Amino acid sequence: MFCKCAARASRALRPTHPRCGVLTLPALSDTVSASGTSWSHWTYKRESSNSAWSSKVPQIPTWEPVAENQLPPPDLVDKLERLALVDFGSKEGVDCLEKAIRFADQLHVINTDGVEPMDSVLEDRELYLRDDTITEGECAEELLRLAKHTVEEYFVAPPGNIPLPKREERSAMLKHSEF
Amino acid sequence: AARSSPADPPAPPRATGRCHQLFISWALLSSLPQMVGVVGLEIHAQIQSTSKLFSGSHVRFLAPPNSLVSHFDASLPGTLPVLNRRCVEAAVLTGLALNCTINRKSLFDRKHYFYADMPAGYQITQQRVPIAVNGMLVYSYFEGRRRNQVVTKSVKIKQIQLEQDSGKSLHDDERSQTLIDLNRAGVGLMELVMEPEMCCGEEAAAAVRELQLILQALGTCQANMAEGQLRVDANVSVHRPGEPLGVRTEVKNINSVRHLAKAIDYEIQRQMEVLQSAGKVLNETRAFDSKSGNTIPMRDKEGLQDYRFMPEPNLPPLFVYESEASVPAGVDPAQVVVIDRLSGQLPELPSVKRTRLVETYGILQEHSFTLVNEDGLIDYFENVVQTTKAEPRKVIGWVIKELMGNLNSQNLNVSQSPISPCALAELISLVESGHISSSTAKQVFQEMWKAPEKTVGQIVKEQDLWMINDKEELQKICKRIVDSHPEEVQIIRGGNKKVLNKLMGEVQRETKGRTDPVQIRAILEKMVS
Repeated sequence: MFCKCAARASRALRPTHPRCGVLTLPALSDTVSASGTSWSHWTYKRESSNSAWSSKVPQIPTWEPVAENQLPPPDLVDKLERLALVDFGSKEGVDCLEKAIRFADQLHVINTDGVEPMDSVLEDRELYLRDDTITEGECAEELLRLAKHTVEEYFVAPPGNIPLPKREERSAMLKHSEF
Repeated sequence: AARSSPADPPAPPRATGRCHQLFISWALLSSLPQMVGVVGLEIHAQIQSTSKLFSGSHVRFLAPPNSLVSHFDASLPGTLPVLNRRCVEAAVLTGLALNCTINRKSLFDRKHYFYADMPAGYQITQQRVPIAVNGMLVYSYFEGRRRNQVVTKSVKIKQIQLEQDSGKSLHDDERSQTLIDLNRAGVGLMELVMEPEMCCGEEAAAAVRELQLILQALGTCQANMAEGQLRVDANVSVHRPGEPLGVRTEVKNINSVRHLAKAIDYEIQRQMEVLQSAGKVLNETRAFDSKSGNTIPMRDKEGLQDYRFMPEPNLPPLFVYESEASVPAGVDPAQVVVIDRLSGQLPELPSVKRTRLVETYGILQEHSFTLVNEDGLIDYFENVVQTTKAEPRKVIGWVIKELMGNLNSQNLNVSQSPISPCALAELISLVESGHISSSTAKQVFQEMWKAPEKTVGQIVKEQDLWMINDKEELQKICKRIVDSHPEEVQIIRGGNKKVLNKLMGEVQRETKGRTDPVQIRAILEKMVS
C-alpha cells in the first residue's frame, strides 16, 4: 500500500497483488480445517481437480519495494481524497482503509465463473411503478427547519463547492476522531 | 506536429450552407487543407408529468421555493425512490418516435458528485443499460439564396436514459452564498445522447427544432428551451476529414436554438484559430455568453470528474413488455408498461404531417415546414381552405405571407390573430370572384387587421375598393393615361415593351389598384400598337 508518510520514510512497499493475506484472516482460518466441513471439502476438491480456475491470491505475502518516483503523484492522491472524502493522509487512515479492503476481499475467494453479476436480490420481481399523482410535497417549513441557515425559504450554501480544508487544518480536525 | 496531408486530401463530407462558408473562408485564409467541425449533442428533456420521477411531489415551473419538495427529494435519510410509470412511458414513447430499440430490461445507477443543489450527493441515472438505444433523428433545413432548397439529414441517437434533475442554485455573489431551491430536484429527465455526426451550428439547430416538434407532438416534453424544459449541451471539436477526431470541448448555458447555432459556430471557429496558430485545444467546459456571442471557459477547479458509477441498490431492474401477452401471469397489465399499447398511442409525427400536407394540398415543402412549426397554423389553414372555394396554393400564400408576416411583426401567435379563418376565407373568395383585385385585397387585409370588428364587405364598401370591371370605364381610363404620356407611347412603339409596365403602374395608381392587371395590359397593348 502506498501512503505519503511511508514515502517520506525510507522507501515504500508494494505487494505483488494488492490484496493478499486473505487466507490468513482470523475469521476464515477457523473454518479452514481438515475435518469434513463442506468448506474444506470444496477447497480440497478444487485443489485436487485440474480446473481452469486457479487462485490469483498468493499463498504467502510477496512484497516488493517501489521506487519513490513510481508512486502516484501527490495531487492524484489529493484528488482521490477529495472525490471519495477518504483520508489517505495519515498512517492510521491508510491502515483503516487497508483493513476495510481486506475485509471485502473475502468475496474474491468465491468462484463466480459463468455467474451473471447481481446487484439486487429482487431481480426476479416486478419493479413497482406508481401512478402519476401528487401525493407529497408542500412541507417547506418542515424541511427548512432542518437547516441552520435559510434565506427567504431558500437553503443557503457556500458559493460553488465546499473546498476540502487544507491538509494542516484537516489533521487538526481529525485529531479527535477515531482515525 | 503531423504533416500528413497527401497531395490530394480526401474530399470533405458534402459541404452545406454555413459549413461551406466556414471552411471555404479558412481554406482561403490559411494554408491548411479544409478542417471541419464535429458536433455531438447531449440533450436533457424534462418529462412532462404531474409528479416527479421517484417521488410524488408536483412538477411545476413556478412555485414558492422548496414547496414542491418531498422528504425523498430533500434526500432525508430513510427515504426510498419509487419509479413513476408515466415517466417510463414517456421515455418509451420518445424512443419509439425516434426509431430506437427499447431495452426490455434496463438498470438504474448512481452517479456521484458533490454539489449543493443535489443533496443526496449522487444522481440516479441509467449508465449501464438505458431504456432505449440506437435510434435516429431525421431533420431538414433550407439552403440556397431564397432558402427554398430542402436538405434532409439524419443523426444517430446513441441512447435515451431516464435520470433525475437537480435543484436550482441562485448565486448571490455579493454575500458570497448560493441559495438552493429544490423544487426541480427529482423531476424526471430524458437524456438523449447523439452521435457526433453533425458539422455546424445550422445542422444542430435544425436537429433540435425537429426534436422539439416531435416531443411536443408526443406530449412527453414541452421542449421550451427558455424555460429550461429542454437543455442542450454541445460537444464540439475540429479535425481534417479522415484524420482522428480532435480534442473536444463541451459548451453549456445555451438557452435558445438560435444561440445554439451561434455558440457552435463560434467554438468551431475558435478551435480552428487555436490550431492554426499551433496551439492546443483544451478538453474543457465552456459557457456560452449570449451578449458577446463567445464561449468562455467555466471555472473548472475540479479537473476531470470521476463519477464512481455504481448500481442503484434500491431499484431492481426495470422491465417493459412487448405486448399484453408477454406480461407474466399474476401481474396486472395496467400496472406495467406495454410497448404495443404505447405504439398504438403514437400521434402523427411532424414529418408525416408535412408529407400529408404537401400531398393533400399541393403546397411547397418549405410551406409545409412553416405550417408545422407554428402552433395552430395547420388548423387555421385547413379551416380557410374548407370555407373558401379558392385553390389551397392561393390560400397558402395569404397564410404564409400576410398572416404570418403580421403575426411575427407583432410577436403574436396564431390563436391571437385578429382575423379569423372565416374572414380571411371571405376575403380570398372576393378576389377569386373578381370583385376586388389582389392588390386591393392586401390593403383590405391590413384594414381588417386593425379593425377586426368590421366585415370584409364593410371595409370594401367604406373605402370604395370594388374592382372596376366595366369595359367602357376601363377603356376611358386607359385612353386618359395613353393620351397623357405621348413620349412613353413612342418608346413602346419603337420596340421597348418594358415601358408598358410604367403605363400600367399609372393606371393602377389612378384607380387606386382597383383594376385587374391582366385586362389593363391587354387594353393598353391594343391602344398603343
